[in-house]
Amino acid sequence: MLVGAAMLACSVAAFATPPAAHVEHAWIRWLPASLPAAGYAVIENNSDAAVRLTGASSPDYGMVTLHYSRLAQGDSTMETVEYLDIPAHGSIKLAPGGYHLMLMHAKHPIKPGDTVKTTLKFANGATLQADFSVLPANASGPED
Amino acid sequence: MPPSRFLLRGCLVAFAALLLAACQSQPNWQLDNVRGHLPDLEFQMTNDLGQPVTAASYRGKIVLLYFGYTHCPDVCPLTLVQLHTVLQKLGKQGADVRILFVTVDPARDTVPVLHQYVTAFDRRIVGLTGSQNAIAQLAKRYRAIYQRETPKTASTDYEVTHSSAVYFFDRDGHARLLATPGVPNDEILHDLKILAEQDN
Repeated sequence: MLVGAAMLACSVAAFATPPAAHVEHAWIRWLPASLPAAGYAVIENNSDAAVRLTGASSPDYGMVTLHYSRLAQGDSTMETVEYLDIPAHGSIKLAPGGYHLMLMHAKHPIKPGDTVKTTLKFANGATLQADFSVLPANASGPED
Repeated sequence: MPPSRFLLRGCLVAFAALLLAACQSQPNWQLDNVRGHLPDLEFQMTNDLGQPVTAASYRGKIVLLYFGYTHCPDVCPLTLVQLHTVLQKLGKQGADVRILFVTVDPARDTVPVLHQYVTAFDRRIVGLTGSQNAIAQLAKRYRAIYQRETPKTASTDYEVTHSSAVYFFDRDGHARLLATPGVPNDEILHDLKILAEQDN
């Protein structure tokens, strides 16, 4: 019982502090006609504990979800992801052909050169603001 | 130089010439060689300007065929950007290439949306749409599959699972090569150069 409580306390402590995470190379591939767009970034966790990314929102889009593109036997499909764990002192890469933010139902026209503000949400209730640069449809990445 | 040396040298030269000839007749393709395994390009569809087109409309061009849809923000752009990047590197010969982006989601991919989507990536990409039957026939011809997924929520948003290979056709519409997802740009560039030179 005591051990259980101690373990619970530990695990709560691990997720209770705001994530010492930060976001780099955040960009959105612009698409015309208010089509759903994908957002990419590197999210680093500098803390001693894993953090769990559970979602995101943006004032510019009606819906933002975590997505994963699965390529199996030459077929590609997208699926919604409930959460993404970022290991202690580790990072995750949201990149084309894998994990990404899916930004849907733009509330106003978005164009290349814009900055889209987002809020990343973590399992412990912490949030993180991240600015995504909107790049042209045919950009390969933020270093273009 | 003794005659035997002469003979040896002559043999080596002849052998090298043979090797070269062999290389020229059978290029060292980096992508999957599908010559004779897939049928010639054939379709009747509508392009992204609303004009009726057939495979014959693209005779004389090297055609790269890809099945996708515009509500595909990740994998389809990844492929289109890869092809765009390769065509840029191909330089002048890139003008001889057309990428045919066939929608597997004709319900949402109207001609204007298709036009805006493909031209955002490269002017050499042509969006193609058609009846459900025309799209199904073309996909079947190249053993490509696609399937509309049922949305998990009550929303009207849905996704489409689709084959993500790129089919290469020569200027006569013969199926030649197949690029599977994840192949490096250099392999596509290497083979496109050979294809462009071969057919000239």
